[in-house]
Amino acid sequence: MEFWHFSEQSMHPAWDKIDGPTKVLVDNRFCDPEVANKLYNRYLDEWVIADKLGYNIFVNEHHASANCMSASCLLTLAILARQTKKARLLCLGVPITNRTDPYRVAEELAMIDVISGGRLEIGLVKASPFELAMSNQSPARIMDRYWEAHDFIVKALTHKGLPFSWEGEFYNYRNVNVWPRPFQQPMPPMWITASGASTGRKVAQLGYTMATFFNGAGTKPLYDAYKDEYFKTHGKPAGIDRFAYLAIVVCGRNDAEVQERINKVKPYLEVQPRTPKAWSNPPGYESVELNAGALKSGKTGRINFGLPLNPTRAEMAEGGILFSGTPDELYEQMSSFSDKVGGIGHMLMLTQAGYLSHEETVDTMTLFSEQVAPRLREYARAKNQELTQAA
Amino acid sequence: MFITALPERREIAGVSVEFLIKGDGQNLLFLHAGHGLDAADRLVEELAKSYRVIAPSHPGFGASELPRHITSTEDLVFFYLDLIEELDLKDLIVVGASFGGWLAAELATRGTGRIASLVLIDAVGVKFSGRETRDIVDIFARTLEEIPTLFFHDQDKAMTILGGLDFKNMSLDSATRFARNRESLLLFGWSPTLYNPKLLGRLHRVHVPVLVLWGANDQVTPPAYGKQYAAAFEHGTYVEVPEAGHYGYLEQPEKFADKIIAFLGAKTLVAA
Repeated sequence: MEFWHFSEQSMHPAWDKIDGPTKVLVDNRFCDPEVANKLYNRYLDEWVIADKLGYNIFVNEHHASANCMSASCLLTLAILARQTKKARLLCLGVPITNRTDPYRVAEELAMIDVISGGRLEIGLVKASPFELAMSNQSPARIMDRYWEAHDFIVKALTHKGLPFSWEGEFYNYRNVNVWPRPFQQPMPPMWITASGASTGRKVAQLGYTMATFFNGAGTKPLYDAYKDEYFKTHGKPAGIDRFAYLAIVVCGRNDAEVQERINKVKPYLEVQPRTPKAWSNPPGYESVELNAGALKSGKTGRINFGLPLNPTRAEMAEGGILFSGTPDELYEQMSSFSDKVGGIGHMLMLTQAGYLSHEETVDTMTLFSEQVAPRLREYARAKNQELTQAA
Repeated sequence: MFITALPERREIAGVSVEFLIKGDGQNLLFLHAGHGLDAADRLVEELAKSYRVIAPSHPGFGASELPRHITSTEDLVFFYLDLIEELDLKDLIVVGASFGGWLAAELATRGTGRIASLVLIDAVGVKFSGRETRDIVDIFARTLEEIPTLFFHDQDKAMTILGGLDFKNMSLDSATRFARNRESLLLFGWSPTLYNPKLLGRLHRVHVPVLVLWGANDQVTPPAYGKQYAAAFEHGTYVEVPEAGHYGYLEQPEKFADKIIAFLGAKTLVAA
């Protein structure tokens, strides 16, 4: 199992000052540049420490948000490409349906891969619905645009030789010629996020690593669909390294310390859903069938991460939202969740969330890397054998 | 405006489209607003007392197909050029409401050889103000629950017309029509938001009489916008209906029909 330190680079000091949505429409005076300066540098320091502790690095981006100040995951990775030594560098991801220029995305990816000496892992994502407000890119036909941008980026990164041209439905280029070519040949490893089985099957056909975020009970059917499709397409079982899962991880030495840290992390779960209603699902972002079904059922998206009200620690762990405890407890929770969903090869760990301080974050990371990670690696090796021999 | 499917179906330029065709007399093409067309549309019913009303659901709306190549208002305009030729419509009255008004204006700029007159009801489609002033409310930044207050003047009538937005008790077919109309309106009107920057400079090509008919309480495109729209035509007449919102033609179909019939009648007299 690989472990990926993740932080949303939040402007959490503003959360309790903001009334209403914390993104899209929120007044940007809540983002104090001096506070942001300290926070950005703190978060970057934590990634540098993560590198030293044996973690890989996972960064994301959002826009107009107090929940995440990273306006470009590739900017963050560009900094870390120089400041870290060993860690794999995962952007998950570049929201290519927000980008008007996939050529530029390909160039930036290649540059990071070369500067880092081949440590880049590429995640291309659809973009959150509410961010189309800022990017101004259309929610209609968003997946058609996604796949064209994806296909273009793959070709631009893998193409060797003289320039090629691209005259697609959404993108036009007369002279595609990416300099530098990626350090990793033919190209860096690819990731895609998924939550439903149909996307899972598509990712399996491509053979990419599939990540799912806070997906809880939806994870098993998603992983099963991937495994089924992967076997059909590639003629061999999917290894455990094809499966990634994101959750919050809190580690402490004793119950009191763990509880104190959970209390600081939990506001993250409350802030996440503070999205302006009009932007939570603009027409076109989901299919007509899904939207019509949602209208009929009156259901509008996942509320409270699919958890019951006032969830217990055990419920949050079993729901795959927040793993918390002493190193022993964490090992139990994470290995049993992995067993339940069919095997996790990459644990994407939101180790800094909410009001957790720098010291507490680093302490959690250190404890985990020393006392949990080695055991989970051992567990995953055995699990992988089971998966690849099962068929 | 979306609940009941239209009764007829025809293929136009290879696109299977649902139609509401009613009445006798001079042909009148009705181009519906962005939230769609209902088989029981009251304005169509009123106009059908004097004209032969041909009212299709645009490609992508209601139960009309949306082929992959239709992605812009320009594509819809070409579809309607095909429709007019295939049905061999001449001396045609074109009436469009809101988004349909935009299509009607675009259509007329492509040539008025077959068009006798044009009626725009609370139409979108044109940009007048500078880059930091919106002429048209960003309807895509509003929730579904805001539709009654934003688009209508009379809330009781709005809820009747919208089936109370009570999707749980509607058929899946009606909910699908609603969801589909919203998606297609966004496909065609996302950005620039519900206008074509080139259209204003083309309106001089419309040489036929144009009635610009407006709801006095329109909040999406306020009356000042309608007046500028009318002034942009060679023969534009601006007429307002009191106590009517952006979708005032659904709230007060008789009054809107009366104004249209009066305008078209007067025009006929002048022409004679």
